Amino acid sequence: MSIALTRLSTAGFGLRWLWITPLVLVVALIAGTAIGETPIPVDTILKVLANQLLGADYAVDRIDAGIIWNYRLSRAVVAACCGTSLALAGVVLQALLRNPLADPYLMGISAGASTGAVAVAVAGLGAGALSLSLGAFVGALLAFGIVVMLAHAANSGVGGGRGIQAAGAIILAGIAGSQLFNALTAFIITKSASAEQARGIMFWLMGNLSGVRWANVTLAVPAALFGLLVCLWHRRSLDAFTFGADSAASMGIAVRPVRGMLIIAMALVTAVMVSIVGAIGFVGLVIPHAMRFIVGSQHTRLVPATALAGAVFLIGSDILSRTLIPGQVLPIGVITSLIGAPAFALILIRGKRS
Amino acid sequence: MRLSAEGLTWAVHGTPLLVDVNLTIEPGQTFGLVGPNGSGKTSLLRLLAGLNKPKAGRVLMDSQPLHTLKQRAIAQSIALVEQQADTTDRITVGQVVSLGRTPFLTALRPWSSNDDAIVAKALFDVDMAHMADRLWHTLSGGERQRVHIARALAQQPKILLLDEPTNHLDIRHQLSILELVRQLPITVIISLHDLNQAMECDRIGVMDRGRLIDSGHPEDVLTASRLQQTFGVYTHVIDDPVDGKQVMRFRSAV
Repeated sequence: MSIALTRLSTAGFGLRWLWITPLVLVVALIAGTAIGETPIPVDTILKVLANQLLGADYAVDRIDAGIIWNYRLSRAVVAACCGTSLALAGVVLQALLRNPLADPYLMGISAGASTGAVAVAVAGLGAGALSLSLGAFVGALLAFGIVVMLAHAANSGVGGGRGIQAAGAIILAGIAGSQLFNALTAFIITKSASAEQARGIMFWLMGNLSGVRWANVTLAVPAALFGLLVCLWHRRSLDAFTFGADSAASMGIAVRPVRGMLIIAMALVTAVMVSIVGAIGFVGLVIPHAMRFIVGSQHTRLVPATALAGAVFLIGSDILSRTLIPGQVLPIGVITSLIGAPAFALILIRGKRS
Repeated sequence: MRLSAEGLTWAVHGTPLLVDVNLTIEPGQTFGLVGPNGSGKTSLLRLLAGLNKPKAGRVLMDSQPLHTLKQRAIAQSIALVEQQADTTDRITVGQVVSLGRTPFLTALRPWSSNDDAIVAKALFDVDMAHMADRLWHTLSGGERQRVHIARALAQQPKILLLDEPTNHLDIRHQLSILELVRQLPITVIISLHDLNQAMECDRIGVMDRGRLIDSGHPEDVLTASRLQQTFGVYTHVIDDPVDGKQVMRFRSAV
């Protein structure tokens, strides 16, 4: 019994690796800043950081300083925030809905965001007063609202075990809502977009970090931190859903409010990220699964691990998207899927063997 | 803790599943719930656990109406073992049982060595201590059932609700779980299909088409005429030469 005891406590507290996470994140951010078409030595980066953050006065090349501070660093920080948020949203939705295919875009968010962006960019909604990002954000929330109402209506229409029904209703409503908004997007594009506009929008939808500046950072960082804190705070509630909503309720979780709050929080964070960088696919689906294979399904470990892995994965994907083809930046969504799919397959196969 | 139901009524889509159920279970009693398939045993247990709100009537924990309590407060006193609860997560037996401590933990109150001790004791009680590190999906149906019972025990409930817990169990573990449940100093409500096992309860309730049609001492309730009426079977009582107890045998025709 003593063996079981020590094993259990390490299972609960196997968190000694946690102190590494900020370190890994900093290394990834520096790598994201150093690597690019113009490679920049790490000491230059550290000097620029010291100049900007600590008010130091090192002599650095002005062009290098500009690339580092104005382009690459802000881009890497937003990539990290986006990766963290999408991956955490995936963790939460997969845990709550008990569906391994759940991802952050399940609730119609990416479909709504594209409709919003297209409405602003092509149809000229808001007459220039609205930015693409704001249009996307409004579209995402609108779609999410419709999906939630649909799920609610569908859910009160069916009886039986409420846990299974509710999760099923949310997934079905998400599919219906996404289809509706995808159709709207297609409608607007075919009706009024030029080929050039359609191409631009397609690139934006596959994820684009090129336009990112510090103004985006001030939005992305708080949103990502908010998402992380919500997940950490509710890590035990997420665990309690292991055997479904009824079992969670019998262990004292107020299922409806907790589930509603978590889904809304994740939808908001996802909408913020989509409005900044477009709909980057694959991260929210695959990073959570990969991390479950590595650290297990207990959220005390899964949440920090997923947050870190999502951040590092997107920083890495961004580096590749900038360097893979010289002189051209690939949409980051293409990279995340090209690397992510085989990596995921590998993890699945190895997981099966062990 | 005393658990009572007053005029409980429950329906789904106009189909009544429970009709005016009145019931009081005294502290420390083991109450057996029997009845044919679809008679409302599971529905009653769900309402008693606070998972569904009754359409009419109420459930009382001592003198406290269940619907006035937070889910967390209910879970600190009442634990439920459902009939089928499965997961695809890669989770160990020890981790499943530690979920039972959820009602007592908060985001800021961490896991303690006391929780470890409670979990280890629960695993020991269902004879699963040696499997604490096994992964859930490698367990048999009966082993899973025992882990679920351990998870409920880790809640240290004052009232334990079990929905056909002996399904899937081999005979040795059926007997040991029933023995364990009877010896617990807490209030237990257990639905059972094996009527001879139900005879070992302190009291028995018979469900039929959503109604609690009879309750009382097992010998008074499970009579030959009752069994014929409710279950449609003919019963013979035989004396067990070993301990002198009565054993029922059933036939579908005389």
